[in-house]
Amino acid sequence: MIEAIDLQLVAAVQEGLPIASRPYALIAEQLNLDEAEVISRLAKLKQQGLIKRLGVIVKHRRLGYQSNAMVVFNIPDALVNQMGQQVSQFQFINLCYQRPRHGEHWPYNLFCMIHGKSREKVQQQLSYLIESCALENYAHDILFSRRCFKQRGAVYFPTPVTANK
Amino acid sequence: MDDIDRTIINRLQEGFPICPAPYQRVAETLNISEQELLERLQILLDSGILSRFGPMFHAEHMGGALTLAALKVPEDNYDTIAETINAFPEVAHNYARKHLLNMWFVLATETPVQIQQVITQIETQTKLTVYNMPKIQEYFVGLKLEA
Repeated sequence: MIEAIDLQLVAAVQEGLPIASRPYALIAEQLNLDEAEVISRLAKLKQQGLIKRLGVIVKHRRLGYQSNAMVVFNIPDALVNQMGQQVSQFQFINLCYQRPRHGEHWPYNLFCMIHGKSREKVQQQLSYLIESCALENYAHDILFSRRCFKQRGAVYFPTPVTANK
Repeated sequence: MDDIDRTIINRLQEGFPICPAPYQRVAETLNISEQELLERLQILLDSGILSRFGPMFHAEHMGGALTLAALKVPEDNYDTIAETINAFPEVAHNYARKHLLNMWFVLATETPVQIQQVITQIETQTKLTVYNMPKIQEYFVGLKLEA
């Protein structure tokens, strides 16, 4: 179970760390803690995996990654874990998950994201992936994004977190 | 954006130190001053190249929940439905994709039970069926994009 102080800490940093010399001291001040405690608690949250990564979150379109494709495959259930791990080894695969199928409209169970600077490049990477992993016999589809309506980091605590939560 | 900005973005996607003067430590490895790093980061954030500087949480470990969901939206009604979907604070991303399932969005909620509640609300408001595709297994999450 996550301690109440840790929840407050998460709420304080979820929108971003202060851009200042002593960012953790500023957070500490806000929460009435001391800097050392903020540092040790954040380090613990990172070690426990609650914080997956601390760093910058880029807007990929602004970096020139305009062609973001969701590539999906219909892999037999018995093979999906093995294929998922294999596919994840490729540098250009940014995310990879097994997700449920939905009848005839959606027979796919392996989902990968490829962020590319052009559709041609993404198509080339996909062909290379299919060839390298011998995926030719499995149905696949590639869904390029057309418009992005909303993109923000997930906010886990939209409401202020109180101490008794 | 120049080479130093690119190096900053690439370096900081890998991680950020948890110590009293973390920017100082990063600046040293980049051979720039702490002040310059802070200024450049602020500009990158203000200009919208960086969306956020901070942690990525493991939603499920936090007690929260995430799911990917899709809708089959009639084209002539697309923008109205997009507005409806985006008005939900639980919607973190929403993309139009070329497929029969043409709207894809991510839901992030504080508890797993809320995912179904939001889906029900979306189905009621849009009169469309939500295809819920929660992750069954995660093989890789290492989104790092070279600047």
